[in-house]
Amino acid sequence: MIGIVDYGMGNLLSVYSAFDYLGADVKICKQPEELKEVERVVIPGVGAFKDCIEKIRTGGFQEALNEEVIQKGKPALGICLGMQVMAGKSFEDGEFEGLGWFDAEVTRLSPAEANKRVPNIGWNDVSYDRTVPLFRGLPAKPDFYLVHSYFMKTANAADVVATYDYSQTVTAAVLKNNIFATQFHPEKSQDYGLKILENFIEWKP
Amino acid sequence: MSKKRLIPKLQLRSSSYDPNRMVLVITKQFDQVIEIGDAVSQAKIYQDQAADELIFINIDKKEKNIEKLSRIIHKVSEEIFMPITVGGGVTTEEHFRILLANGADKISINTIAVNDPSFITLTSRKYGAQCVVVSIDFKKDETGEYRVYINGGTEKTDWHPVDWAVEAEKRGAGEILLASIEQDGMRQGLDIDIIRKVSEAVSIPVIASAGCGLAKHFIDGFLEGKADAVAAGTFFALQDQNFMQTRSHIKNAGVSIRVHT
Repeated sequence: MIGIVDYGMGNLLSVYSAFDYLGADVKICKQPEELKEVERVVIPGVGAFKDCIEKIRTGGFQEALNEEVIQKGKPALGICLGMQVMAGKSFEDGEFEGLGWFDAEVTRLSPAEANKRVPNIGWNDVSYDRTVPLFRGLPAKPDFYLVHSYFMKTANAADVVATYDYSQTVTAAVLKNNIFATQFHPEKSQDYGLKILENFIEWKP
Repeated sequence: MSKKRLIPKLQLRSSSYDPNRMVLVITKQFDQVIEIGDAVSQAKIYQDQAADELIFINIDKKEKNIEKLSRIIHKVSEEIFMPITVGGGVTTEEHFRILLANGADKISINTIAVNDPSFITLTSRKYGAQCVVVSIDFKKDETGEYRVYINGGTEKTDWHPVDWAVEAEKRGAGEILLASIEQDGMRQGLDIDIIRKVSEAVSIPVIASAGCGLAKHFIDGFLEGKADAVAAGTFFALQDQNFMQTRSHIKNAGVSIRVHT
Protein backbone atom coordinates (compact mmCIF):
# COMPACT_ATOMS: atom_id res chain seq x y z
CA MET A 1 0.00 0.00 0.00
CA ILE A 2 1.18 3.49 -0.95
CA GLY A 3 0.06 6.36 1.26
CA ILE A 4 -0.25 9.87 -0.13
CA VAL A 5 0.12 12.45 2.61
CA ASP A 6 -2.88 14.80 2.59
CA TYR A 7 -1.99 17.76 4.75
CA GLY A 8 -4.65 19.86 3.05
CA MET A 9 -2.88 21.46 0.11
CA GLY A 10 -2.37 20.83 -3.54
CA ASN A 11 -3.61 18.53 -6.21
CA LEU A 12 -3.59 15.03 -4.75
CA LEU A 13 -5.98 13.63 -7.30
CA SER A 14 -3.43 13.53 -10.10
CA VAL A 15 -0.87 11.70 -7.96
CA TYR A 16 -3.55 9.32 -6.72
CA SER A 17 -4.89 8.70 -10.23
CA ALA A 18 -1.43 8.03 -11.61
CA PHE A 19 -0.67 5.31 -9.01
CA ASP A 20 -4.16 3.90 -9.43
CA TYR A 21 -3.71 3.84 -13.21
CA LEU A 22 -0.48 1.86 -12.71
CA GLY A 23 -2.41 -0.71 -10.70
CA ALA A 24 -0.89 0.15 -7.33
CA ASP A 25 -2.74 -0.10 -4.05
CA VAL A 26 -2.93 3.52 -3.01
CA LYS A 27 -4.70 5.58 -0.37
CA ILE A 28 -4.88 9.20 0.65
CA CYS A 29 -3.83 9.66 4.28
CA LYS A 30 -5.67 12.53 5.95
CA GLN A 31 -4.55 11.49 9.44
CA PRO A 32 -0.93 10.99 10.52
CA GLU A 33 -1.82 7.61 12.12
CA GLU A 34 -2.77 6.26 8.69
CA LEU A 35 0.89 6.40 7.67
CA LYS A 36 1.58 3.49 10.02
CA GLU A 37 -0.48 1.21 7.80
CA VAL A 38 1.26 1.94 4.51
CA GLU A 39 4.51 0.56 3.14
CA ARG A 40 5.45 3.57 1.03
CA VAL A 41 4.93 7.27 1.56
CA VAL A 42 4.37 9.99 -1.04
CA ILE A 43 4.57 13.67 -0.14
CA PRO A 44 3.06 15.76 -2.93
CA GLY A 45 2.85 19.51 -2.80
CA VAL A 46 1.84 22.59 -4.65
CA GLY A 47 1.86 26.05 -3.17
CA ALA A 48 4.01 28.03 -0.80
CA PHE A 49 6.65 26.49 1.49
CA LYS A 50 5.48 28.28 4.61
CA ASP A 51 1.88 27.04 4.36
CA CYS A 52 3.05 23.56 3.49
CA ILE A 53 5.41 23.08 6.44
CA GLU A 54 2.93 24.74 8.81
CA LYS A 55 0.19 22.35 7.76
CA ILE A 56 2.52 19.37 8.05
CA ARG A 57 3.34 20.46 11.62
CA THR A 58 -0.11 21.45 12.82
CA GLY A 59 -1.61 18.33 11.27
CA GLY A 60 0.80 16.20 13.30
CA PHE A 61 2.45 14.83 10.19
CA GLN A 62 6.01 15.83 11.06
CA GLU A 63 6.38 13.29 13.89
CA ALA A 64 4.55 10.62 11.90
CA LEU A 65 6.75 11.16 8.85
CA ASN A 66 9.94 11.14 10.90
CA GLU A 67 8.86 7.91 12.51
CA GLU A 68 7.80 6.08 9.35
CA VAL A 69 10.42 7.40 6.94
CA ILE A 70 13.49 8.15 9.06
CA GLN A 71 13.17 5.59 11.86
CA LYS A 72 11.40 2.74 10.09
CA GLY A 73 12.99 3.45 6.72
CA LYS A 74 9.88 3.21 4.54
CA PRO A 75 10.54 4.27 0.93
CA ALA A 76 9.45 7.89 0.47
CA LEU A 77 8.83 9.99 -2.59
CA GLY A 78 8.61 13.77 -2.51
CA ILE A 79 7.22 15.71 -5.45
CA CYS A 80 7.90 19.40 -6.16
CA LEU A 81 7.11 21.28 -2.93
CA GLY A 82 7.00 17.83 -1.29
CA MET A 83 10.71 17.62 -2.15
CA GLN A 84 11.49 21.14 -0.95
CA VAL A 85 9.97 20.59 2.52
CA MET A 86 12.55 17.83 3.02
CA ALA A 87 15.26 20.51 3.09
CA GLY A 88 16.61 22.05 6.29
CA LYS A 89 15.62 25.55 5.36
CA SER A 90 13.72 27.57 2.76
CA PHE A 91 14.05 31.20 1.78
CA GLU A 92 10.68 31.42 0.05
CA ASP A 93 9.06 34.66 1.30
CA GLY A 94 11.14 34.67 4.48
CA GLU A 95 13.13 32.01 6.25
CA PHE A 96 11.50 28.77 7.33
CA GLU A 97 12.66 25.49 8.73
CA GLY A 98 11.79 22.31 6.83
CA LEU A 99 11.82 18.63 7.77
CA GLY A 100 15.61 18.61 7.57
CA TRP A 101 15.93 15.24 5.82
CA PHE A 102 18.42 16.76 3.41
CA ASP A 103 21.20 19.14 4.37
CA ALA A 104 19.90 21.66 1.88
CA GLU A 105 18.46 25.11 1.36
CA VAL A 106 15.60 26.15 -0.90
CA THR A 107 16.33 29.32 -2.83
CA ARG A 108 14.84 31.23 -5.72
CA LEU A 109 15.74 30.38 -9.30
CA SER A 110 18.11 32.99 -10.70
CA PRO A 111 18.81 32.08 -14.31
CA ALA A 112 21.66 34.07 -15.87
CA GLU A 113 19.83 34.75 -19.13
CA ALA A 114 17.14 37.40 -19.06
CA ASN A 115 14.85 35.43 -21.36
CA LYS A 116 14.56 32.60 -18.83
CA ARG A 117 11.39 33.19 -16.89
CA VAL A 118 10.55 32.59 -13.24
CA PRO A 119 8.45 30.59 -12.41
CA ASN A 120 9.84 28.08 -14.82
CA ILE A 121 6.76 26.43 -16.23
CA GLY A 122 7.20 23.68 -18.77
CA TRP A 123 9.17 20.74 -20.06
CA ASN A 124 12.92 20.48 -19.61
CA ASP A 125 15.30 17.70 -20.54
CA VAL A 126 16.82 16.17 -17.47
CA SER A 127 20.25 14.54 -16.98
CA TYR A 128 20.29 11.78 -14.41
CA ASP A 129 22.47 9.22 -12.68
CA ARG A 130 21.97 5.99 -14.62
CA THR A 131 22.82 3.81 -11.64
CA VAL A 132 19.71 4.94 -9.75
CA PRO A 133 16.98 2.28 -10.09
CA LEU A 134 14.22 4.90 -10.03
CA PHE A 135 15.30 6.05 -13.49
CA ARG A 136 15.33 2.58 -14.99
CA GLY A 137 13.81 2.34 -18.47
CA LEU A 138 14.16 6.01 -19.38
CA PRO A 139 15.88 7.39 -22.50
CA ALA A 140 19.11 9.38 -22.20
CA LYS A 141 17.58 12.84 -21.74
CA PRO A 142 13.90 12.52 -20.90
CA ASP A 143 11.68 15.61 -20.76
CA PHE A 144 9.85 16.23 -17.52
CA TYR A 145 7.29 18.83 -16.53
CA LEU A 146 8.32 21.43 -13.98
CA VAL A 147 6.48 24.30 -12.36
CA HIS A 148 8.53 26.17 -9.80
CA SER A 149 10.19 29.39 -8.70
CA TYR A 150 12.37 27.88 -5.98
CA PHE A 151 14.70 24.90 -5.95
CA MET A 152 16.73 22.81 -3.55
CA LYS A 153 20.49 23.32 -3.19
CA THR A 154 22.11 20.51 -1.24
CA ALA A 155 25.28 20.77 0.84
CA ASN A 156 26.32 17.28 -0.29
CA ALA A 157 26.66 16.99 -4.05
CA ALA A 158 26.19 13.23 -3.71
CA ASP A 159 22.52 13.71 -2.76
CA VAL A 160 21.74 15.09 -6.22
CA VAL A 161 20.86 12.38 -8.76
CA ALA A 162 19.33 14.51 -11.53
CA THR A 163 19.69 18.06 -12.77
CA TYR A 164 18.49 20.26 -15.59
CA ASP A 165 19.88 23.35 -17.19
CA TYR A 166 18.05 26.65 -16.87
CA SER A 167 21.05 28.84 -17.59
CA GLN A 168 22.01 27.65 -14.12
CA THR A 169 22.16 24.05 -12.97
CA VAL A 170 18.93 23.19 -11.18
CA THR A 171 18.44 20.19 -8.89
CA ALA A 172 15.84 17.94 -10.51
CA ALA A 173 15.98 14.96 -8.14
CA VAL A 174 17.65 13.97 -4.87
CA LEU A 175 18.21 10.59 -3.27
CA LYS A 176 19.36 9.63 0.20
CA ASN A 177 18.93 6.10 1.54
CA ASN A 178 15.17 5.41 1.37
CA ILE A 179 14.19 8.95 0.37
CA PHE A 180 13.78 9.97 -3.25
CA ALA A 181 12.36 13.27 -4.40
CA THR A 182 11.81 15.08 -7.67
CA GLN A 183 11.40 18.75 -8.44
CA PHE A 184 9.51 17.78 -11.60
CA HIS A 185 6.03 16.28 -11.60
CA PRO A 186 6.12 12.59 -12.61
CA GLU A 187 2.31 12.49 -12.40
CA LYS A 188 2.19 15.25 -15.04
CA SER A 189 5.00 14.04 -17.29
CA GLN A 190 3.10 11.49 -19.37
CA ASP A 191 4.80 8.13 -20.00
CA TYR A 192 8.27 9.00 -18.65
CA GLY A 193 6.71 10.27 -15.45
CA LEU A 194 4.59 7.16 -15.06
CA LYS A 195 7.76 5.11 -15.55
CA ILE A 196 9.33 6.77 -12.51
CA LEU A 197 6.23 6.13 -10.40
CA GLU A 198 6.25 2.53 -11.53
CA ASN A 199 9.92 2.26 -10.51
CA PHE A 200 9.04 3.77 -7.13
CA ILE A 201 6.32 1.14 -6.59
CA GLU A 202 8.95 -1.58 -7.04
CA TRP A 203 11.87 0.24 -5.41
CA LYS A 204 13.77 -1.63 -2.71
CA PRO A 205 16.21 0.86 -1.19
CA MET B 1 17.22 23.01 -21.77
CA SER B 2 13.68 24.32 -21.41
CA LYS B 3 11.23 23.67 -24.20
CA LYS B 4 8.62 25.87 -25.77
CA ARG B 5 5.11 24.52 -25.29
CA LEU B 6 2.34 23.59 -27.70
CA ILE B 7 -1.05 23.67 -26.00
CA PRO B 8 -4.43 22.57 -27.31
CA LYS B 9 -7.15 24.84 -25.92
CA LEU B 10 -10.40 23.03 -25.25
CA GLN B 11 -13.34 25.38 -25.08
CA LEU B 12 -16.50 24.13 -23.42
CA ARG B 13 -20.10 25.14 -23.06
CA SER B 14 -23.33 23.50 -21.99
CA SER B 15 -24.66 21.33 -24.78
CA SER B 16 -27.68 22.73 -26.59
CA TYR B 17 -29.17 19.22 -26.61
CA ASP B 18 -28.41 18.17 -23.06
CA PRO B 19 -27.85 21.11 -20.70
CA ASN B 20 -26.39 18.82 -18.05
CA ARG B 21 -23.47 18.05 -20.28
CA MET B 22 -20.60 20.23 -21.31
CA VAL B 23 -19.36 19.82 -24.85
CA LEU B 24 -16.30 20.83 -26.79
CA VAL B 25 -16.81 23.82 -29.10
CA ILE B 26 -14.85 26.01 -31.44
CA THR B 27 -15.46 29.71 -31.99
CA LYS B 28 -14.81 32.48 -34.44
CA GLN B 29 -14.05 35.94 -33.01
CA PHE B 30 -15.56 34.77 -29.69
CA ASP B 31 -18.83 34.16 -31.52
CA GLN B 32 -20.24 31.61 -34.00
CA VAL B 33 -19.96 28.71 -31.61
CA ILE B 34 -19.91 25.23 -33.12
CA GLU B 35 -20.23 22.06 -31.03
CA ILE B 36 -17.65 19.55 -32.14
CA GLY B 37 -17.63 16.72 -29.63
CA ASP B 38 -16.56 15.31 -26.31
CA ALA B 39 -13.83 17.03 -24.33
CA VAL B 40 -12.57 13.97 -22.46
CA SER B 41 -12.02 11.78 -25.52
CA GLN B 42 -10.46 14.70 -27.37
CA ALA B 43 -8.12 15.29 -24.42
CA LYS B 44 -7.03 11.65 -24.59
CA ILE B 45 -6.15 12.06 -28.25
CA TYR B 46 -4.06 15.12 -27.38
CA GLN B 47 -2.26 13.15 -24.67
CA ASP B 48 -1.44 10.37 -27.15
CA GLN B 49 -0.07 13.00 -29.49
CA ALA B 50 2.14 14.23 -26.64
CA ALA B 51 0.71 17.73 -26.35
CA ASP B 52 2.64 19.65 -23.69
CA GLU B 53 -0.30 20.84 -21.65
CA LEU B 54 -4.07 21.32 -21.93
CA ILE B 55 -6.24 24.37 -21.32
CA PHE B 56 -9.95 23.94 -20.59
CA ILE B 57 -12.09 27.06 -20.70
CA ASN B 58 -15.82 27.29 -20.07
CA ILE B 59 -16.94 29.90 -22.59
CA ASP B 60 -20.67 29.53 -21.93
CA LYS B 61 -22.01 33.07 -21.75
CA LYS B 62 -25.05 32.11 -19.68
CA GLU B 63 -23.93 29.39 -17.37
CA LYS B 64 -20.68 29.46 -15.42
CA ASN B 65 -21.24 26.45 -13.20
CA ILE B 66 -17.97 25.48 -11.55
CA GLU B 67 -19.28 22.13 -10.28
CA LYS B 68 -20.22 21.08 -13.79
CA LEU B 69 -16.84 22.15 -15.11
CA SER B 70 -15.05 20.37 -12.27
CA ARG B 71 -16.79 17.08 -13.12
CA ILE B 72 -15.22 17.11 -16.57
CA ILE B 73 -11.80 17.98 -15.13
CA HIS B 74 -12.14 15.15 -12.63
CA LYS B 75 -12.83 12.68 -15.44
CA VAL B 76 -9.92 14.02 -17.45
CA SER B 77 -7.47 13.80 -14.57
CA GLU B 78 -8.22 10.13 -13.96
CA GLU B 79 -6.73 9.23 -17.30
CA ILE B 80 -4.61 12.14 -18.38
CA PHE B 81 -1.19 12.67 -16.89
CA MET B 82 -0.18 16.07 -18.10
CA PRO B 83 -0.58 19.65 -16.88
CA ILE B 84 -4.09 21.08 -16.96
CA THR B 85 -5.17 24.71 -16.81
CA VAL B 86 -8.84 25.40 -16.16
CA GLY B 87 -10.88 28.59 -16.35
CA GLY B 88 -14.09 30.30 -17.31
CA GLY B 89 -16.29 31.77 -14.59
CA VAL B 90 -13.80 31.53 -11.74
CA THR B 91 -14.59 34.34 -9.31
CA THR B 92 -13.92 33.02 -5.79
CA GLU B 93 -11.27 31.21 -3.76
CA GLU B 94 -13.76 28.37 -3.37
CA HIS B 95 -13.78 27.96 -7.17
CA PHE B 96 -9.99 27.64 -7.05
CA ARG B 97 -10.24 25.03 -4.35
CA ILE B 98 -12.89 22.97 -6.17
CA LEU B 99 -11.05 22.95 -9.50
CA LEU B 100 -7.66 22.16 -7.95
CA ALA B 101 -9.18 19.35 -5.89
CA ASN B 102 -10.59 17.88 -9.09
CA GLY B 103 -7.31 17.75 -10.94
CA ALA B 104 -6.54 21.24 -12.25
CA ASP B 105 -2.95 22.42 -11.89
CA LYS B 106 -3.44 26.02 -12.85
CA ILE B 107 -6.46 28.28 -12.81
CA SER B 108 -7.11 30.88 -15.45
CA ILE B 109 -8.88 34.05 -14.35
CA ASN B 110 -10.06 36.90 -16.53
CA THR B 111 -13.03 39.16 -15.68
CA ILE B 112 -12.59 38.91 -11.90
CA ALA B 113 -8.91 39.86 -12.23
CA VAL B 114 -9.82 43.13 -13.96
CA ASN B 115 -12.73 43.90 -11.65
CA ASP B 116 -10.80 43.04 -8.49
CA PRO B 117 -7.03 42.86 -9.08
CA SER B 118 -6.47 42.00 -5.39
CA PHE B 119 -7.95 38.59 -6.22
CA ILE B 120 -4.76 37.84 -8.19
CA THR B 121 -2.64 38.60 -5.12
CA LEU B 122 -4.90 36.66 -2.79
CA THR B 123 -4.90 33.47 -4.87
CA SER B 124 -1.24 33.79 -5.77
CA ARG B 125 -0.27 33.94 -2.09
CA LYS B 126 -2.48 31.03 -1.24
CA TYR B 127 -1.76 28.64 -4.10
CA GLY B 128 1.51 29.98 -5.46
CA ALA B 129 2.06 32.25 -8.45
CA GLN B 130 2.50 29.25 -10.75
CA CYS B 131 -1.17 28.43 -10.16
CA VAL B 132 -2.59 31.77 -11.29
CA VAL B 133 -2.89 32.36 -15.01
CA VAL B 134 -4.27 35.75 -15.97
CA SER B 135 -6.13 35.44 -19.22
CA ILE B 136 -6.25 38.58 -21.34
CA ASP B 137 -8.68 38.96 -24.27
CA PHE B 138 -8.01 42.00 -26.40
CA LYS B 139 -8.96 43.74 -29.63
CA LYS B 140 -8.86 47.14 -31.27
CA ASP B 141 -11.73 49.38 -30.25
CA GLU B 142 -13.67 51.68 -32.58
CA THR B 143 -10.86 54.25 -32.48
CA GLY B 144 -8.24 51.66 -33.41
CA GLU B 145 -6.71 51.45 -29.92
CA TYR B 146 -5.95 48.07 -28.39
CA ARG B 147 -8.06 47.42 -25.31
CA VAL B 148 -8.66 44.53 -22.93
CA TYR B 149 -12.20 43.11 -23.03
CA ILE B 150 -13.87 41.12 -20.28
CA ASN B 151 -17.01 39.02 -19.86
CA GLY B 152 -16.27 36.82 -22.84
CA GLY B 153 -15.09 39.68 -24.99
CA THR B 154 -18.31 41.69 -24.58
CA GLU B 155 -17.23 44.45 -22.23
CA LYS B 156 -14.51 46.95 -23.01
CA THR B 157 -12.11 48.10 -20.29
CA ASP B 158 -9.68 51.01 -20.14
CA TRP B 159 -6.65 48.73 -20.00
CA HIS B 160 -4.18 48.36 -22.85
CA PRO B 161 -3.21 44.66 -22.99
CA VAL B 162 0.49 45.36 -22.34
CA ASP B 163 -0.22 47.60 -19.33
CA TRP B 164 -2.67 45.09 -17.93
CA ALA B 165 -0.18 42.22 -18.32
CA VAL B 166 2.46 44.23 -16.43
CA GLU B 167 -0.06 45.06 -13.69
CA ALA B 168 -1.17 41.41 -13.47
CA GLU B 169 2.44 40.31 -13.01
CA LYS B 170 2.96 42.93 -10.33
CA ARG B 171 -0.15 41.63 -8.54
CA GLY B 172 1.20 38.08 -8.49
CA ALA B 173 0.16 36.36 -11.73
CA GLY B 174 2.37 33.40 -12.67
CA GLU B 175 1.55 33.30 -16.34
CA ILE B 176 -0.26 35.36 -18.99
CA LEU B 177 -2.62 33.81 -21.53
CA LEU B 178 -3.22 36.16 -24.45
CA ALA B 179 -6.08 35.88 -26.92
CA SER B 180 -6.82 38.25 -29.76
CA ILE B 181 -10.59 38.44 -30.19
CA GLU B 182 -10.28 39.49 -33.84
CA GLN B 183 -7.95 36.63 -34.74
CA ASP B 184 -9.88 33.94 -32.83
CA GLY B 185 -10.79 31.03 -35.12
CA MET B 186 -9.73 32.92 -38.25
CA ARG B 187 -6.61 30.83 -38.94
CA GLN B 188 -4.82 33.92 -40.27
CA GLY B 189 -2.04 33.98 -37.69
CA LEU B 190 -1.49 35.36 -34.19
CA ASP B 191 -1.39 39.05 -33.27
CA ILE B 192 2.40 38.99 -33.16
CA ASP B 193 2.84 42.65 -32.33
CA ILE B 194 0.93 42.55 -29.03
CA ILE B 195 2.39 39.15 -28.13
CA ARG B 196 5.93 40.42 -28.53
CA LYS B 197 5.23 43.61 -26.59
CA VAL B 198 3.75 41.65 -23.71
CA SER B 199 6.55 39.05 -23.76
CA GLU B 200 9.13 41.80 -23.57
CA ALA B 201 7.29 43.70 -20.86
CA VAL B 202 6.83 40.86 -18.35
CA SER B 203 9.20 38.29 -16.87
CA ILE B 204 6.59 35.55 -16.35
CA PRO B 205 5.74 33.05 -19.12
CA VAL B 206 3.41 34.18 -21.89
CA ILE B 207 1.03 31.86 -23.72
CA ALA B 208 -0.05 33.26 -27.09
CA SER B 209 -3.32 32.15 -28.64
CA ALA B 210 -6.02 32.83 -31.21
CA GLY B 211 -5.36 32.72 -34.91
CA CYS B 212 -3.16 29.72 -35.69
CA GLY B 213 -3.99 28.08 -39.00
CA LEU B 214 -0.56 26.91 -40.13
CA ALA B 215 2.59 25.52 -38.49
CA LYS B 216 4.22 28.80 -39.55
CA HIS B 217 1.89 30.75 -37.24
CA PHE B 218 3.20 28.82 -34.23
CA ILE B 219 6.77 29.45 -35.35
CA ASP B 220 6.01 33.19 -35.65
CA GLY B 221 4.57 33.15 -32.14
CA PHE B 222 7.75 31.61 -30.73
CA LEU B 223 10.41 33.38 -32.79
CA GLU B 224 8.88 36.79 -33.42
CA GLY B 225 6.32 36.96 -30.65
CA LYS B 226 8.85 35.51 -28.15
CA ALA B 227 6.03 33.56 -26.51
CA ASP B 228 6.86 30.65 -24.21
CA ALA B 229 3.86 28.69 -25.37
CA VAL B 230 1.33 28.82 -28.16
CA ALA B 231 -2.20 27.58 -27.59
CA ALA B 232 -4.73 26.77 -30.29
CA GLY B 233 -8.28 25.48 -30.35
CA THR B 234 -9.56 25.35 -33.91
CA PHE B 235 -6.20 24.35 -35.36
CA PHE B 236 -5.96 21.09 -33.45
CA ALA B 237 -9.67 20.32 -33.17
CA LEU B 238 -10.82 20.78 -36.73
CA GLN B 239 -8.05 19.93 -39.10
CA ASP B 240 -6.63 16.50 -39.14
CA GLN B 241 -3.43 18.12 -37.97
CA ASN B 242 -0.78 15.79 -36.80
CA PHE B 243 0.94 17.06 -33.71
CA MET B 244 4.18 15.36 -34.67
CA GLN B 245 4.18 17.08 -38.03
CA THR B 246 3.46 20.51 -36.61
CA ARG B 247 6.13 19.91 -33.99
CA SER B 248 8.71 18.90 -36.60
CA HIS B 249 8.02 22.09 -38.57
CA ILE B 250 8.51 24.13 -35.42
CA LYS B 251 11.69 22.28 -34.46
CA ASN B 252 13.11 22.65 -37.96
CA ALA B 253 12.62 26.39 -37.67
CA GLY B 254 15.07 26.35 -34.76
CA VAL B 255 12.63 26.47 -31.85
CA SER B 256 13.51 24.31 -28.84
CA ILE B 257 10.49 22.05 -28.52
CA ARG B 258 9.80 18.60 -27.10
CA VAL B 259 9.76 15.93 -29.77
CA HIS B 260 8.42 12.82 -28.10
CA THR B 261 9.16 9.57 -29.84
